[in-house]
Amino acid sequence: MIWEVFRQEREGQPFQHAGSLEAPDLVFAEAYAREFYGRRDESFALWIVPRDALHDVREPYVAPVFDRDYRRVDGYSLKVKLKEARERVGAGHAPPGEGGA
Amino acid sequence: MTSRAEELLTLADDELILGWRNSEWTGIAPFLEEDVAFSSIAQTEIGHARAFYELAAQELGTNADELAFDRDPEEYRCAPLVELRLVPDWARTIARHWLYETADAIRIEALKSSENEAVAGLAAKIDREEVYHRIHADMWARQLRASPERGRFEGAVAELWPYALGLVEGEQRGQLCSAVGRETVDAVERGTHTEELRPLWEEMTMVRRSVAGAAW
Repeated sequence: MIWEVFRQEREGQPFQHAGSLEAPDLVFAEAYAREFYGRRDESFALWIVPRDALHDVREPYVAPVFDRDYRRVDGYSLKVKLKEARERVGAGHAPPGEGGA
Repeated sequence: MTSRAEELLTLADDELILGWRNSEWTGIAPFLEEDVAFSSIAQTEIGHARAFYELAAQELGTNADELAFDRDPEEYRCAPLVELRLVPDWARTIARHWLYETADAIRIEALKSSENEAVAGLAAKIDREEVYHRIHADMWARQLRASPERGRFEGAVAELWPYALGLVEGEQRGQLCSAVGRETVDAVERGTHTEELRPLWEEMTMVRRSVAGAAW
């Protein structure tokens, strides 16, 4: 049976995927997880999950179809909009030093 | 030699030789995860041996390396149980592992109340690391007992039981009987070595002896 192991670097941190191992049952899985991911005090805690208890979720469930950048804080690029505005107004009105259209 | 130094050497020698025997499984354990786990346990036992040797060395005016490697095999105080070469029999290996960890837990517990602070402190630290070894031994003992081949494991425990009794002394033997669930029998006592120890010692010290007195 395959198990996935998640480890917590320090108390309060999110658990992160560390790797997988094979073991016949939970007791063995715990022993081996401790061996591979906790032997040198490198983890505050571990989670062990049978691989088939995990649900993988990806495209098309999470696929982006439309460009919805406007929802994101970094979605508006002022630089692009400024350039477009200058082009609409005309290259002659561009501030000195800036490249023409 | 003081009785404390003798006791420390006894523990150190048991752990060193057992660690050596357990390390013989590196690369050939039943499956990959277990190979890593058992090698790790072997290494930890040798680490515990080193810690005991360091304490003994302070008493005896020498150093850990000299105690670990420069004595004649006859001078080692290890019990016959740890000298046996059990590779490639996993059932016998686990039987010894389980019996040894059970006996070791009893004597480490007693050492934690030692009047010597350094010994008591070391015993407490070792006890914490041994928790994992006991879990591992119990886990495998349960696994092998539940298997269709359980006779091999049970037979190995019966075969090694007299040797296991020889690990401890006095009332600790009664505690060991309770912990293992077996009646006392004539123990294979410490004091005589098996013929397996000398070949082990020769291989273990081969590199060190190749250049006497070298600083590595």
